[in-house]
Amino acid sequence: MKLYCLTGHPTLPCNVLKFKSTTIMLDCGLDMTSTLNFLPLPLVQSPRLSNLPGWSLKDGNAFLDKELKECSGHVFVDSVPEFCLPETELIDLSTVDVILISNYHCMMALPYITEHTGFTGTVYATEPTVQIGRLLMEELVNFIERVPKAQSASLWKNKDVQRLLPSPLKDAVEVSTWRRCYSMQEVNSALSKIQLVGYSQKIELFGAVQVTPLSSGYALGSSNWIIQSHYEKVSYVSGSSLLTTHPQPMDQASLKNSDVLILTGLTQIPTANPDGMVGEFCSNLALTVRNGGNVLVPCYPSGVIYDLLECLYQYIDSAGLSSVPFYFISPVANSSLEFSQIFAEWLCHNKQSKVYLPEPPFPHAELIQTNKLKHYPSIHGDFSNDFRQPCVVFTGHPSLRFGDVVHFMELWGKSSLNTVIFTEPDFSYLEALAPYQPLAMKCIYCPIDTRLNFIQVSKLLKEVQPLHVVCPEQYTQPPPAQSHRMDLMIDCQPPAMSYRRAEVLALPFKRRYEKIEIMPELADSLVPMEIKPGISLATVSAVLHTKDNKHVLQLPPRPTQPTSSKKRKRVSDDMPDCKVLKPLLSGSIPVEQFVQTLEKHGFSDIKVEDTAKGHIVLLQEAETLIQIEDDSTHIICDNDEMLRVRLRDLVLKFLQKF
Amino acid sequence: MSFAGTPGLAMDPECSRLLPALCALLADPRQPVADDTCLEKLLDWLKTVTEAESSLLVLQENPCLMELLLHTLKLQDTSPRVLSFSLRLAGIFAAQEDCFQYLQQGQLLLGLFGEAGPLGRAAWGVPGVRSGWAQGLCSLAQHPSALQFLTDCGAVDTVLSLQGDPSLFVASAASQLLVRVLALALHGGTGEQPLDGPPCAQRVVGHLEECLRSPATPQVTRALDVLSSVFGCCQGPWTQVLWARLSPAVAHLLEEDPVPAAPVLVGLLLSVARSPAFRSSDCDLLAQALNRLGPIHAGPLALGVLKLHCCPQALRTQALRVLLQPLACVQKAAVQPPGAPGLLDTAGDSSAMVATLLSKSSCVGLLCQTLAQLEELQPPVGGARMGTGLPGAETTSPAAPAEPLPWPQAPLLGAVTMTLRFCNGSAAPASSVGGRLCGTLAGCVRVQRAALDFLGALSRGMGPQELVTRVFALLLEYLESPDSSPTVLKKAFQASLQWLLHSLGPPSPCDLGPQIQLFLTELLPVLQKRLCSPCWEVRDSALEFLAQLTRHWGGQAGFRQALLASEVPELAEQLLHDPESYVRASAVAAMGQLSMRGLHAIPEVPEAQRLFLELLHILSTDSEGFPRRAVMHVFTEWLRDGHADVAKDREQFVASVLRAAGRDLDWEVRVQGVELALVFLAQTLGPPGASCPYAVALPGAAPPGPPAPVVLPTLCRAQLFEFAFRALFDCDRAVARKSCNLLLLLGAAVDPCGASTEVGGGPSSASVEAALRSWQAGGQGQPLGQLEPEAVVAVLRALDLEGLRATLAESSDHVERRPQSLLQDMLATGGVLEDQADCY
Repeated sequence: MKLYCLTGHPTLPCNVLKFKSTTIMLDCGLDMTSTLNFLPLPLVQSPRLSNLPGWSLKDGNAFLDKELKECSGHVFVDSVPEFCLPETELIDLSTVDVILISNYHCMMALPYITEHTGFTGTVYATEPTVQIGRLLMEELVNFIERVPKAQSASLWKNKDVQRLLPSPLKDAVEVSTWRRCYSMQEVNSALSKIQLVGYSQKIELFGAVQVTPLSSGYALGSSNWIIQSHYEKVSYVSGSSLLTTHPQPMDQASLKNSDVLILTGLTQIPTANPDGMVGEFCSNLALTVRNGGNVLVPCYPSGVIYDLLECLYQYIDSAGLSSVPFYFISPVANSSLEFSQIFAEWLCHNKQSKVYLPEPPFPHAELIQTNKLKHYPSIHGDFSNDFRQPCVVFTGHPSLRFGDVVHFMELWGKSSLNTVIFTEPDFSYLEALAPYQPLAMKCIYCPIDTRLNFIQVSKLLKEVQPLHVVCPEQYTQPPPAQSHRMDLMIDCQPPAMSYRRAEVLALPFKRRYEKIEIMPELADSLVPMEIKPGISLATVSAVLHTKDNKHVLQLPPRPTQPTSSKKRKRVSDDMPDCKVLKPLLSGSIPVEQFVQTLEKHGFSDIKVEDTAKGHIVLLQEAETLIQIEDDSTHIICDNDEMLRVRLRDLVLKFLQKF
Repeated sequence: MSFAGTPGLAMDPECSRLLPALCALLADPRQPVADDTCLEKLLDWLKTVTEAESSLLVLQENPCLMELLLHTLKLQDTSPRVLSFSLRLAGIFAAQEDCFQYLQQGQLLLGLFGEAGPLGRAAWGVPGVRSGWAQGLCSLAQHPSALQFLTDCGAVDTVLSLQGDPSLFVASAASQLLVRVLALALHGGTGEQPLDGPPCAQRVVGHLEECLRSPATPQVTRALDVLSSVFGCCQGPWTQVLWARLSPAVAHLLEEDPVPAAPVLVGLLLSVARSPAFRSSDCDLLAQALNRLGPIHAGPLALGVLKLHCCPQALRTQALRVLLQPLACVQKAAVQPPGAPGLLDTAGDSSAMVATLLSKSSCVGLLCQTLAQLEELQPPVGGARMGTGLPGAETTSPAAPAEPLPWPQAPLLGAVTMTLRFCNGSAAPASSVGGRLCGTLAGCVRVQRAALDFLGALSRGMGPQELVTRVFALLLEYLESPDSSPTVLKKAFQASLQWLLHSLGPPSPCDLGPQIQLFLTELLPVLQKRLCSPCWEVRDSALEFLAQLTRHWGGQAGFRQALLASEVPELAEQLLHDPESYVRASAVAAMGQLSMRGLHAIPEVPEAQRLFLELLHILSTDSEGFPRRAVMHVFTEWLRDGHADVAKDREQFVASVLRAAGRDLDWEVRVQGVELALVFLAQTLGPPGASCPYAVALPGAAPPGPPAPVVLPTLCRAQLFEFAFRALFDCDRAVARKSCNLLLLLGAAVDPCGASTEVGGGPSSASVEAALRSWQAGGQGQPLGQLEPEAVVAVLRALDLEGLRATLAESSDHVERRPQSLLQDMLATGGVLEDQADCY
């Protein structure tokens, strides 16, 4: 059993598990932090961004000035943003049989895999994962395609050139594998390969293993996966949450008794408590709006935004913010808000029960009805007519490199009355803000990450007790910024195995058993013999028939008649030889009694030595050794077959035959 | 419940008349038995009766009681409840020696408590009967004859066995009885003689000694329990002899590993240490105990030792070391800032301490306990001096009048801030223990709360400037951190307030120091943020903090400047409309303070007037009681302290407030209304500037003031009388009592003027009286309209306010609490007196 690690990213994993005869890809995460090296794509012509000076080397060489621009003391690539793909060389991805998706954030690299690697298998995911994943991809494609960029920079990626660049471009990894965003056509094609599954549904893969999604409590339709054969069980835990937010609660019980538990997607901010962060978010939002400022919340169009809107629904009246407009701007805003209301079966119990009242599960419906929350596909069109300040705007993309958020950063960045509140933990907010510096607007960082923290993981592992834990290497040591916090790492016994990008792990357990069925007729013919109370043995002579990873013992063909026809003869030739079977022996040899027996039979000068595995009986006179071990007995004597046979018979007296 | 001292509880003829029927009822096994509460009340009452008069006389005058006891003795099927009652009743009567002799004449007591009594019956299996038996004997064991009786009836062996009874009540009663037996038996002994009491005492002491040497912890625990009570409640010289005999066995317990029954052992050692039995040589035992007990149990012992009046300095030093040890360990586990003083100068930590700190549950428990104990020992203001370690500085402590306790203020500050740093994850561990502590304490709300409490208490002693700076920085971190839970935040606010107040000393008009000014600059934005928190508890604590700070610092120029430059006052005002009633109440209090100090006034707007109307609106319309009560408190304070805008037209202000308060459904609001009226009255009656209503609370103590013709019209214009008369007949007694006192005070003040001529215009005194009668009868009555002073005086004279005050002084259940009522109820339960039961 092997695990191929294609990203090494703790929350955007892409691993391939080879288990029995199957090749299973676990998640398809896309690391978008590479886009932070690119200039933002402004929706509206920005004189500031379009007139940036080109960057030149210290010696004045300006051959890169078309590709790289200097902005706010940093150097950015002036090109269509590119993403860092999972490794494609570590394993032949055309051999991947299935891809299991655990949540909509972890499927963003799917089109790259399904459309460009020769992949011919099936992708499994829950319905909300697919629908919301589609929205995220659609939004991403839309954000990038609606600001066409003529050039695609590539000179800077040359290794010799790259090392001349300033940080962080100089240190960017795997730049040669960075790719532009996929198209909508590729998205559709990739999504067409997905087969929808429901929680606890058992899916057979080639008869070899069974995979089952379990609720992980993190997002709508998010899953952990169980991959099991008859005797082995691997659990894949990715992006799980124990907090009571909108999704169905996490199913922990089904993770018990795993041989291996692959653990990814823990919280990226282990020291921040989501409740405290929501409080911080609300307080700062209220303070800004009260002072006549606007609040910008760069966010994804689904996920935490539902919880934030719900929290604000309860908060705005008490904070006297009822008259402040909330805008949600995204090409998929409408779909996201509506989709969230129709996935009742994937919601937590509290929200499910609202459906029967009947009430919409999320209160943002009421915010929309009362015109407190308005949503628009983009800043163009209706929005510009309705726009009123001060206001609160939720829009993407959290990287601040594309999407409507770029416009608001340009528009509001110069006033200290405004505030940008970062709630998504995927991007460093300082790096995200770099091309907008100097910035007068206030910046508040309150990342809300509801995924498991280390205390919860520790409890979970104690509860489910896997034999081995495998996780990204980041989880096996404290975060670099808090190296003394030994509590911020996985602490389990045996210690967790860690992996990093482009590493192949041999998972530490061997398969020892395989389930074989016995045909009823064959079972009838068996004659068990009780060798000790409760344990019976029977010899089986049969033909092992293996098809589709299922093994069946069938009756052996009847012995051929001596006067058989040619045809029959040929059949019997094909069958394996059925030799006359020697009797099977069982039992153990009591050394003291054996020595007595030897003495009775005339052997003298017998010495017994204890060894690590058993005993050696030394017949000094006859220069003969008898090695007695748990599972074997050897008689070593020089060319005295008579003696050997005599001794063998004496040994056999102590053993049972059947 | 006790009836002692309450008139009307004696054995009056009415009770004597009811008692036979009740005794007959109790003796009749076919009748339903009264519930335990009634029987308890009956026993309490009879006990009061026997304490007030001769038991023998009561028994002779009420032969039914004797009959009940005899009946209980005879009948085999008496209910266990009645049996237990009779045993306790017999014990109460036999507590007096003559009555004991009287009861003994018929061998009644032997029959009840001896082997022929309930001991041999099936009812003995009922725990209530066993505890009744033990309690009866406990009451009885008051005189020397009782001691002989106990021996004769073989009670001691039974008591010893009852000590291990599965019922905790029985076991506890048995232990109390043993204490009583020892006290009675050894009472006459002197400190110099060996322990040579009567055989039963010898038997008990022998048993206790045996238990102390037993390998079974429950037995040791029981013996220690009895001894703790003995030394806790008995002071005689014989206790010294007893302790001298038993202390070796106790010392032996300390040599075991682990020490058995440690918490009870600590209790015993402290009981002994506080009793006359304690000898100076016992200090070694205490020292040994401090040394041998685990950190969790050594803490309470150390605290007890430090609170002793007479104790050698060496032992006190050791005890303080024990208390400081956990914090010293925490401090050592972290990398400390340069120059930070260490708490203890020990080379290494004890392994037991380290083991305790390494386990999450015991670590949290130990630290919380230690912090609370140290807070208890905190010396008063000015008592602490800067210490850099344990030995050395001689300072005073209330806990140790004999020997001053060195209080290591600076190292303690360092240690407690370090603990808080472990809790918020900002401490850098210096050892593997520190690493574990990081994980254990990070985010631990219990330790954070205890540490912030203690940190607040430490503000009284202040500390070196550098440390104080660190304390303020830490407090700011806690106030700022989104991870601080609402309860931790509340404590952080409280601690900050204490540090701020103590850092300035007594209020003075001088400017704040640069450090405080800097802290304020950073604090106010945090306060703003907290006032906008979605969590109501946080908004509430922030408002409380603001109100307190303004109360103390409202006059400080630096504070005023910083506050007015911030948005805090506006945010606080906005919270007057908060959806949570507690927050609205706190906002009312805070706004009241801000307005008092002129911290809410914007020059061009008559702010206070607007605020007054807003608060009046809350008083009239808020659906919850808390904000309305808060408004009344603010208005009373405004009036008392002479709020500038109130002073412009006091009468109009009082009239508006009393009108609203009089209509309120919440009695606390109405009581506060009377309080406000009292303040107004005192201000009107007294010399200008007199503002303490309590100084004139009694009629006789009214100071000479302006004459009635001047006072009464003022009070009338403020509509005080209408409010007070209505309140006089309020359905809630507290309102009526307070109003009665107010009118008495007023009556005494205006009576000397004697002007009572009726002048037309307002309602006549007859119509006022009619309205009063209507209110008294519970009706709403008509509004009185504008009252004329003359009518008021006439009414005041006509009313029997003194009589009303006496009536109101009686508790509302005084009828139900009479013994007659109890007896009637019990009889009614049995169907004997169906129509006479009190219904309550």
